[in-house]
Amino acid sequence: MRTLLVWLAGGLTLAGSSQMALASGWNMPVGVTDLSREIYNLHMVIFWICVIIGVIVFGVMFYSLVRYRHSKGAKAANFHENTTVEIIWTAVPLLILIGMAIPATATLQKIYDPSGAELDVMITGQQWRWRYEYLGEDVAFNSNLATPRAQIRGNEERGENYLLEVDEPLVLPINRKVRFLFTSDDVIHAWWVPDFAVKQDTVPGFITENWVRINEPGIYRGQCAELCGVDHAFMPIVVHAVEEDEFDAWLAERQEMAAEEAMGIDREWEFDELMERGEGVYGSICASCHQPEGQGSPPAFPALAGNEQLLADLEWHKDVIINGVSGTAMPSFRTTLNPVELAAVITYTRNAWGNESGDAVQPAEIAERLQ
Amino acid sequence: MAPKVPPQPTLEQSTTAAEAGHGHAHEAPPKGIMRWLLTTNHKEIGSMYLIFSLIMFFIGGIFALVVRLELFQPGLQFVNPEFFNQMTTMHGLIMVFAAVMPAFTGLANWMIPLQIGAPDMALPRLNNFSFWLLPVAFGLLLSTLFMPGGGPNFGWTFYAPLSTTYAPPSTTFFILSLHIAGISSILGAINIVATILNMRAPGMRMMDMPLFVWTWLITAFLLIAVMPVLAGVITMMLMDINFGTSFFDASGGGDPVLFQHLFWFFGHPEVYIMILPSFGIVSAIIPAFARKRLFGYASMVYATAAIAILSFMVWGHHMFVVGMPLAGQLFFMYATMLIAVPTGVKVFNWVTTLFRGSISFEPPMLFALAFVVLFTIGGFSGLMLAIAPADFQYHDTYFVVAHFHYVLVPGAIFSIMAATYFWLPKWTGHYPNVRLAQWHFWLSVISVNLTFFPMHFSGLAGMPRRIPDYALQFADFNLVSSIGAFMFGISQLLFVAVIVMCVRGGKKAPAAAWGEYADDLEWSVPSPAPLHTFETPPTFQRPAH
Repeated sequence: MRTLLVWLAGGLTLAGSSQMALASGWNMPVGVTDLSREIYNLHMVIFWICVIIGVIVFGVMFYSLVRYRHSKGAKAANFHENTTVEIIWTAVPLLILIGMAIPATATLQKIYDPSGAELDVMITGQQWRWRYEYLGEDVAFNSNLATPRAQIRGNEERGENYLLEVDEPLVLPINRKVRFLFTSDDVIHAWWVPDFAVKQDTVPGFITENWVRINEPGIYRGQCAELCGVDHAFMPIVVHAVEEDEFDAWLAERQEMAAEEAMGIDREWEFDELMERGEGVYGSICASCHQPEGQGSPPAFPALAGNEQLLADLEWHKDVIINGVSGTAMPSFRTTLNPVELAAVITYTRNAWGNESGDAVQPAEIAERLQ
Repeated sequence: MAPKVPPQPTLEQSTTAAEAGHGHAHEAPPKGIMRWLLTTNHKEIGSMYLIFSLIMFFIGGIFALVVRLELFQPGLQFVNPEFFNQMTTMHGLIMVFAAVMPAFTGLANWMIPLQIGAPDMALPRLNNFSFWLLPVAFGLLLSTLFMPGGGPNFGWTFYAPLSTTYAPPSTTFFILSLHIAGISSILGAINIVATILNMRAPGMRMMDMPLFVWTWLITAFLLIAVMPVLAGVITMMLMDINFGTSFFDASGGGDPVLFQHLFWFFGHPEVYIMILPSFGIVSAIIPAFARKRLFGYASMVYATAAIAILSFMVWGHHMFVVGMPLAGQLFFMYATMLIAVPTGVKVFNWVTTLFRGSISFEPPMLFALAFVVLFTIGGFSGLMLAIAPADFQYHDTYFVVAHFHYVLVPGAIFSIMAATYFWLPKWTGHYPNVRLAQWHFWLSVISVNLTFFPMHFSGLAGMPRRIPDYALQFADFNLVSSIGAFMFGISQLLFVAVIVMCVRGGKKAPAAAWGEYADDLEWSVPSPAPLHTFETPPTFQRPAH
């Protein structure tokens, strides 16, 4: 039975793959991991099983519709029960299903075994970006949509990777087992890269896991798959899979950058420096809710430009940014942003779009408050 | 072949009843709007349900067309993402709760008493109340679109915490409207159970009941079992939003995934609530126009019951990617695959009924045959989705959208249209216009496939659900889907035209409008069915063949 199924699966996959050139973009991608290939094969086997059953059932049906037409003088037979036939067509599908469940179970068991991972990456969903943290490596960054709004609005020609491009891609080594730990800062998102056949919900307050072992270097693109609010369509995933030594070099470079950034906490920052940095942070983190000009979209997202409470109370402002506001959509940025970014964005929002507080918040102040 | 009931005595009783007017039962009914507000007559209430659901079908359809308009091309052209999300949410909610469910309840109201030889529903005043809750519920729901912050924008599955912490202020009204609609459904279901169990004609055993009655009995039990779960989950949302509880908020010790378990414990039986009555309708229509008794009546009943029982054990397949343990994943995968067996039995039974029949293609039959083919295609994609590892790729993509629209549009909705064409002669006394009905059928069947078949491809190619804008490789599929959707929407105006023309006039229909194989009790009363029927119970006779 098992061998028969393997042969059937093999034959069908062959039949499927000969059509692949034609079908690319119409079918599930085969992907670049062993598991994605297995899943593709399961998909094709169950597909062809459905096709075969469909051809038989619809064949009999359409034969009957043509052959036994009342208008051609067909006389109806008089039968309405046959226990043997009914038992057969209950039992045969059951056997087919058991045959299908066996390989599906085997694949599922492999997917559920994240043991022996050489690298752990924490993936955090946020409205509406991804945050990647290489656990134990001191490297973390946010990954935002890079497609300009002008392309979305149709004022500019759309690029080849429209909506599937980010400012900072996730970089992963090939041939190493990488474990993903997923969580979310706000609502449920789902991290999905079709070429890896990995789709996992990120649940706020809980950690789920999955893993990947990529076989081929390349750029792989995906999207958030769980409705997560207004910009659900605009939080893509891009993964650069690179050779192992290239990855190690990249990781070392990022570690150096992170160390440099950490040094910036202790020094005194100029107002203009903070404003410039803050504008960048605001654009990638805050603008999707509070809007590029700080006008907000009430009632869910209050305006920041001319916000009296914000201008009157610096300590409250810091508290809101660092700890969020419970019961609202405002998340805590305690871990998402470093002290430099926090100080910069607080300074920026207090001095942009006609807000004229004149306050310059220093990273050192924030760092102290975070202790 | 002898009809199940000697028509003569029943005819006389009914005619007498009609001639005598209402006088012999109670005083004349109020005139004008009060007549409809206060009616306790199952036929009038059934008609109100059906008209209500038809109106809602168009409102929900317009929402779908807004979605398809925006998806016609990549980029944001017509609506902003916020309103787009409100449209997808409202389309789902209105179609599920206000169009499909009330349509089946309307058919149940009209046909169950007629099919079991009862004079009315068991609880007529409750029946009136059940209906009038609906305009209140959905008036309230639609009004949220005009509230500050807009209407519900979190999908018809309203996953927490998007629907609690992050929801617009109107969410409390959405909860209230679902509560009211839920009460309506529960009361309607209780009424149907009470009617079927207590008011069958003398001599009619359970296993003599038409399959529409059987499937509705099982559906009603499903409703009574799961609507309270929905009420529970939305009450927990209400508490989280307004009273500071944390059922679904991890920061207060709650669990967002608990929401999904509760929702889908309701939600999966709910999708069978929307398809089981279809099985009953198709099982009445196919034998009528194949001029041959339904093959495997008993196995149809058992299969329906099996599907209903399994429906309580498969909710986890909606949650394959939330991170369930392996054991849970395997259990829900096996249980879901198992549903294919009783569903397959039903399809095989219908096809075998056609085999060696004497088949003609009147409008109800066209829709019933399209149902069998297209519902089965939806069943196949359902079987594919049951394979948990493959679901990791299908989950939350347009493949899923294609799947459930195949079972709901050319499935549930085609069966409602088939039922309408089948029973219009009984309701109005006239046959529907055949030529227009054929146009309606062919335009619908072509456009429904044009709309939903390409969604299989866009989903497999990687397009997620519920996005207002998409990458360029999905553009062609979306273009075709949008053209199909507008074609389908416009074609439904023909459906309204046929119904209106049929109410006003047309070829006169006799009592047994569809010949000797449409032989359930409703065909023994005159067409149109008088306001009061079976005031004296008929004596049920088992078919001789």
